[in-house]
Amino acid sequence: MAETSVKPRSFQEIILRLQAYWAAQGCAIMQPYDMEVGAGTFHPATTLRSLGTRAWAAAYVQPSRRPTDGRYGENPNRLQHYYQYQVLIKPSPANLQDLYLGSLQAIGIDMDLHDIRFVEDDWESPTLGAWGLGWEVWCDGMEVSQFTYFQQVGGHDCHPVSGELTYGLERLAMYVLGVDHVMDMPFNAPDAPIALTYGDVFRQTEQEYSRFNFDTANTEMLLKHFEEAEAECEAILSAEHVDPKTGKRIIMAHPAYDQCIKASHLFNLLDARGVISVTERQAYIGRVRALAKQCADAFVQTEAGGWAAE
Amino acid sequence: MPDLLIELFSEEIPARMQAKAAEDLRARVTDGLVEAGLTYASAAAFSTPRRLTLTVEGLLDRSPTLREERKGPRVDAPEQAIEGFLRGAGLTRDQLVERDDKKGRVFFAVVEKPGRPAAEIVAEVLEATIRNFPWPKSMRWGAGSLRWVRPLHSILCILTTEAGAEVVPMDVDGIVSGNTTQGHRFMGSGRFSVNGFDDYTAKLKRDHVILSATDRAEAIWHDATNMAFAAGLEVVEDRGLLAEVSGLVEWPVVLMGQIGEEFLGLPPEVLQTSMKEHQKFFSVKNPKTGRIERFITVANRETTDHGKTILAGNQKVLSARLSDAKFFWENDLRVAKKGMSEWTDRLSNVTFHNKLGTQAARIDRIAALAREIAPVLGVEAGLAQQAAQVAKADLSSEMVYEFPELQGLMGRYYAEAAGLPQAVANACQQHYAPLGPSDDVPSEAVSSIVALADKLDTLTGFWAIDEKPTGSKDPFALRRAALGVIRIILSGDIRVNLDRFIDSQLLKHHINQSDAEGDSLDALNAMLDEIADHGVFGAALETVLQSAQSATRETVQAVTGPVPDISADLLAFFHDRLKVYLRDQGLRHDVIDACLSMPGNDDLTLLVKRAQALGEFLSSDDGENLLQGFKRANNILTQAEAKDGVEYSYGADVKFAETVVEKALFAALDAAEAQIAPAMGGEDFEGAMRAMASLRAPIDAFFEGVQVNSDNEIVRRNRLNLLSRIRTICLSVADLNRIEG
Repeated sequence: MAETSVKPRSFQEIILRLQAYWAAQGCAIMQPYDMEVGAGTFHPATTLRSLGTRAWAAAYVQPSRRPTDGRYGENPNRLQHYYQYQVLIKPSPANLQDLYLGSLQAIGIDMDLHDIRFVEDDWESPTLGAWGLGWEVWCDGMEVSQFTYFQQVGGHDCHPVSGELTYGLERLAMYVLGVDHVMDMPFNAPDAPIALTYGDVFRQTEQEYSRFNFDTANTEMLLKHFEEAEAECEAILSAEHVDPKTGKRIIMAHPAYDQCIKASHLFNLLDARGVISVTERQAYIGRVRALAKQCADAFVQTEAGGWAAE
Repeated sequence: MPDLLIELFSEEIPARMQAKAAEDLRARVTDGLVEAGLTYASAAAFSTPRRLTLTVEGLLDRSPTLREERKGPRVDAPEQAIEGFLRGAGLTRDQLVERDDKKGRVFFAVVEKPGRPAAEIVAEVLEATIRNFPWPKSMRWGAGSLRWVRPLHSILCILTTEAGAEVVPMDVDGIVSGNTTQGHRFMGSGRFSVNGFDDYTAKLKRDHVILSATDRAEAIWHDATNMAFAAGLEVVEDRGLLAEVSGLVEWPVVLMGQIGEEFLGLPPEVLQTSMKEHQKFFSVKNPKTGRIERFITVANRETTDHGKTILAGNQKVLSARLSDAKFFWENDLRVAKKGMSEWTDRLSNVTFHNKLGTQAARIDRIAALAREIAPVLGVEAGLAQQAAQVAKADLSSEMVYEFPELQGLMGRYYAEAAGLPQAVANACQQHYAPLGPSDDVPSEAVSSIVALADKLDTLTGFWAIDEKPTGSKDPFALRRAALGVIRIILSGDIRVNLDRFIDSQLLKHHINQSDAEGDSLDALNAMLDEIADHGVFGAALETVLQSAQSATRETVQAVTGPVPDISADLLAFFHDRLKVYLRDQGLRHDVIDACLSMPGNDDLTLLVKRAQALGEFLSSDDGENLLQGFKRANNILTQAEAKDGVEYSYGADVKFAETVVEKALFAALDAAEAQIAPAMGGEDFEGAMRAMASLRAPIDAFFEGVQVNSDNEIVRRNRLNLLSRIRTICLSVADLNRIEG
């Protein structure tokens, strides 16, 4: 494992080190998906690529939104917009735990001084129809990552199995940098000509989105959009596999999945607005899951999903 | 005789599964070995977060040779028979042996199954064990299809004799067995080989792994208590947590830290729960103040700074967690001080069960029932209702949302903060009791009332929608609820006719389920009032039907129709639970049955009083003999009644008595009757039984000196009618027909 004796000094340095580390381990360093998602898992580089037989290795930062977690930028740990770092390797390598521990060293966590533990925590995403077994990783009693071996995604058994690592970047960085309030965390180098804190970058947006998410978002419109996304997803998937224009077999799994992502985020917004009752909640989750399953069904019939022409 | 050592090394096994997994490994492997003929002297299994280990000592080095003989046909049997036998045995003719038998000369097939070396058997058994291991949840990993709780990395499997250790060769989906393993993830020195169990444990210890979970738990407890003691404090004992923590570390290092001053004002239960659930910390209490002031965490390693960094990190996480808890507590207190209505209102959006409506509707039903039960316990109806209304308010609080296990307890704190009467606050906490069979019942009347109302509403509700417990399935814990009702009633000596409350609460559920409205609904509600006033379902129904229009009558009949049968079924369920409960207390089941068939059996306190008196009576000499006398009288009478086709129940007259013993029996019956009737009326069962016992001698003397079946028909009939008086008197106390023996 690479020794990184110098401690990182900023949020972005931690991200850069993770990027460099996983690039060195052979992962394709991808960019965030250009849609609103609740977690890094929603990125098609994880959800769809964990399906099918083809090998895969990717790492990326994913901005994630959880409207209900908004606290107007006042809570030291809670944000409605935050970053996850996501690694997905298929098939999961035998030394994935060691690779993971190497990444902690890379961001300045000294293995000789800290207590790292793998504590049972099975992962399940009812909206994605996905589950896996694994742990939350504790560093001195703090959860710093989620470590999961995917068993099922979109209702499909994973074969081979992907190993997924998810780092909650703000929390991890606050710990490494010794910061108590997320808004006080240095975003770039503290001695940069224009030094910025996390608060300089995000305090205002946290306020704006908290107000929007809780009180302003137009629920009627959101409901309508939810239904439109749902209908569009199904319409896309019901198209002929062979494109009449090019004569090629083109199954539009990704465009359909975009609509599934959209529906999921709209549901989260509706949830934050408090207009979904407990019983309805299950029904909405079931509707998004149905879309995710259909997208998964479509993806495994594509080339990237391991389908091969006769 | 070789010793066997097996270690299955994997990524971290969930703590809660380790102990059972070690035991399963031991049982499955040793069972498999014995089945294959390999017996052994002793075996033991161990677990750490990363390994399951089995050591078997004194194993046979090969399974014994088995010789099997099979008798075939006679030597001169038809060719076909002999060939059939050969096919069956898989032998040729020259391999058969001829022997003399009773029937003559007969073929025998002698099949010898040679013994097999231990290694071969061990490999087979271990592979089968790995492939079929009963993990509660298992997974695949990488590109393979093997399942284990988490990825399995290596198999150590060796047989050790005086000559040395040998690897038992095997290959399970590419994992090849060997004689090596590794120690602690961070404090170990890489892979090493071992040659036996002692060598294995010694080298593990050198590489910072304590193999035995019990040893780890002892070490943790020893260090934790010492550390607390040195600071004048004590660790709050928690065996479940100790077992879990022992499953999270291979090399436990105990560290004690401070809880920030600003959090010490939180209720101790909140501190304890938050620390345990989120951080798996032990609480450390100041015995002088009773406050929880510090915590103990168990790290998995030693560090050069003696745990300073680790402790600082843990302390920081704890502060963040407790800040959350404090935030919840303060927010909740604000709502509580405003009277908690915000919470109770919110419960109307929370579904209790989709067929039984919202939590708010449920609470209203419980509160109404609590009002009705209150006078029975001498409590003012309004107070009981108030307690029931707020008893579940804390379900909406932020703290209970975060820590569901604090429900009730938080309710008490919040009700106190709201300035509600202490009895109401206590009911918030106690009305859930008793949860288990050995859990305490509520100690105060108001709590008992709310507890009874809550449990009765739950039971009648699930009975109304036909969701009763079946076999081992009891998802709504209805058996526990019924036992709770029984224990509260008995321990409080509460005199209540359950029937009436079951009827009315069932009716309420049926009204809710129905779509009755207008006049019909009014009539049904009037019926609830009738039951509340007079207590009898049938009479209430009559009254309501009499004054109803015919359309209304139909609805009322449809809604109320199923109630009596369901009510009887639920009461029978109570009786079943009561029987189990009393049997555990040492009361014979036939004694209970004898009392159950008496009227008033929905008054459980009375029922048990009767059963206890009867049980004691029957265990006395007089009781036993009287029972025999009763049975004899009853037998003679039953036979005579069957033969004559009449019932002898009336008109025994002393003037037809011929003998002294007969006259004495008349006198004794008169005397006993005069005592038993008032005793029964006053529920003095001991007194009634004593009076009954006085009949023993006269009855014995009667059967000794008198022939019932006299030639004189008048005398005979008179004697049968006399026996009938015995029967009537005895049956007025309990149904002695049910008593065995």
